[in-house]
Amino acid sequence: MHSEPRFLLAGDAALVVEFGNKIDEEISRRVRSLATALEENPIPGQAEVVPTYRSLLVHYDPLRLSYRDLVDFVHIILRKGEEYPLPEPRMVEILALYGGEFGPDLPFVAEHNGLSIDEVIRFHSGTVYPVYMLGFSPGYAYLGGLPEEIATPRLPTPRTLVPAGSVALAGRQTGVYPIATPGGWRLIGRTPLKLFDPERDPPTLLRVGDQVRFVPISEEEYWARLEREEEKGGS
Amino acid sequence: MALEVLEGGMLTTVQDMGRYGYERFGIPVAGAMDPFALRAANTLVGNSWDKAGLEITLTGPTLRATEDCLIAVTGADLTPRVKGREILLWMAVFVRRGWIIDFAGRRTGCRAYLAVAGGIDVPLVMGSRSTYLRGGFGGFEGRALRQGDLLAVGPTRLDLFALAGRSIGTDFLPPYSEEPQVEVILGPQDDYFTGEGLAVFLSGRYKVSSTADRMGYRLQGPPIAHRETADIISDGIALGVIQVPADEQPIVMMADRQTTGGYPKIATVVSADIPLLAQCLPGKSSVSFKATTIEAAQLRYRKMIADLESGLEEDLDML
Repeated sequence: MHSEPRFLLAGDAALVVEFGNKIDEEISRRVRSLATALEENPIPGQAEVVPTYRSLLVHYDPLRLSYRDLVDFVHIILRKGEEYPLPEPRMVEILALYGGEFGPDLPFVAEHNGLSIDEVIRFHSGTVYPVYMLGFSPGYAYLGGLPEEIATPRLPTPRTLVPAGSVALAGRQTGVYPIATPGGWRLIGRTPLKLFDPERDPPTLLRVGDQVRFVPISEEEYWARLEREEEKGGS
Repeated sequence: MALEVLEGGMLTTVQDMGRYGYERFGIPVAGAMDPFALRAANTLVGNSWDKAGLEITLTGPTLRATEDCLIAVTGADLTPRVKGREILLWMAVFVRRGWIIDFAGRRTGCRAYLAVAGGIDVPLVMGSRSTYLRGGFGGFEGRALRQGDLLAVGPTRLDLFALAGRSIGTDFLPPYSEEPQVEVILGPQDDYFTGEGLAVFLSGRYKVSSTADRMGYRLQGPPIAHRETADIISDGIALGVIQVPADEQPIVMMADRQTTGGYPKIATVVSADIPLLAQCLPGKSSVSFKATTIEAAQLRYRKMIADLESGLEEDLDML
């Protein structure tokens, strides 16, 4: 972790405030803390802030705000750290139907790690995952903390299409694909929940700072919940 | 009042200045690739600068106005016509009810912008009317326009006749070119590159590949060497950021860019020069890069916009 955050330029309309160079909870906490402070107390000309693993990207309008003024403002906010406490993390449960046709790679993950399928499910669903950031596609959450015991390399050749709602893992990462896209992660299940809906407010199920648990469900529960989600969405 | 779409053109989408406030949910900003051209078009027809207009790519649409209206076409010269007669770009043009607006073919540039007094009126999605094509939301039903679409236009109380004929002199336009030199600010990860890599980047000419699109422009040219790794812990991506993956070829991130990315970013194109990139032709144009300071970049951008606004105000005073 950097003792003092680094200020880097991402052009003339965005400022990077970098807190470290690895993935860890403390660095993430400092990123989120500054994000919270700036969201609650924005400087005129600030457009939005994007928290990522180890830095905060502050987007601003250079027609209204100069780089110098923004940097000075962020320094002031950083010095006042304790005045902007982080909100309590939300616990979010993601229902997951593991295996079967929705989890075609589950047998491979089990075999690769010398475990039974049930043990893989117990490891995956028995962990609480912090949400470090959203990116890659709308509502896609980067979760930390996949247990070593079920870490598995990604597919040598990505699938051309991973169905929306797929619960997947690769290396030491796990997550859910909000929309159908190509993907190289190992598919171990599917959630009936909608991770992204442009008509909802907020538009995503998960947010930076959330703590996520996967909850195993049965096929019946999957289909019942899927129907309720579609009704809620209205399209 | 509406614009009927008789033919959609190659890729015509409703865009405003982008969707802000949702990048932390992974939602791309989208919006006009050439924000200067859209701003100018809006200002010419008396709209606020950020109203929604049409972004028209290479082959333009055929539209019919259901009522009298005022339009302006800016950006690329795709030979815009009203009632079969060529009109000037960067000028407010009066269109009578029933007249056809179309485009007879590309002369220069890549993307033209059409603004209509009152603005294109499609539902707001997360506060914006921009189309995010990959996500299938925003703009007109989240997609490109096609035959049969009806574009509602917002009301306007302006005197359309009084505004018709206003124009922006070429002095006030960005130096559009098939081979633009584009200013950049080095970083945020310029320290991931060797001195030689940086020197090559700032002296080479890079061709815009034929796969260049609204999400990003892959460029082809002299390889840019990394010091060690071509991987970083994913962090935020700003407009105009230039990522360089292990293949040592730069990619400039444009309007529909992903909000986060994991390749080192050597430099970022300045706001004033994003329009130059937006008008590059995939497979044909080439660009070169010149480093500048943040102070100079912001000053230049402010002047560019201030000139545009004051130039048009003078025009109004003359009426």
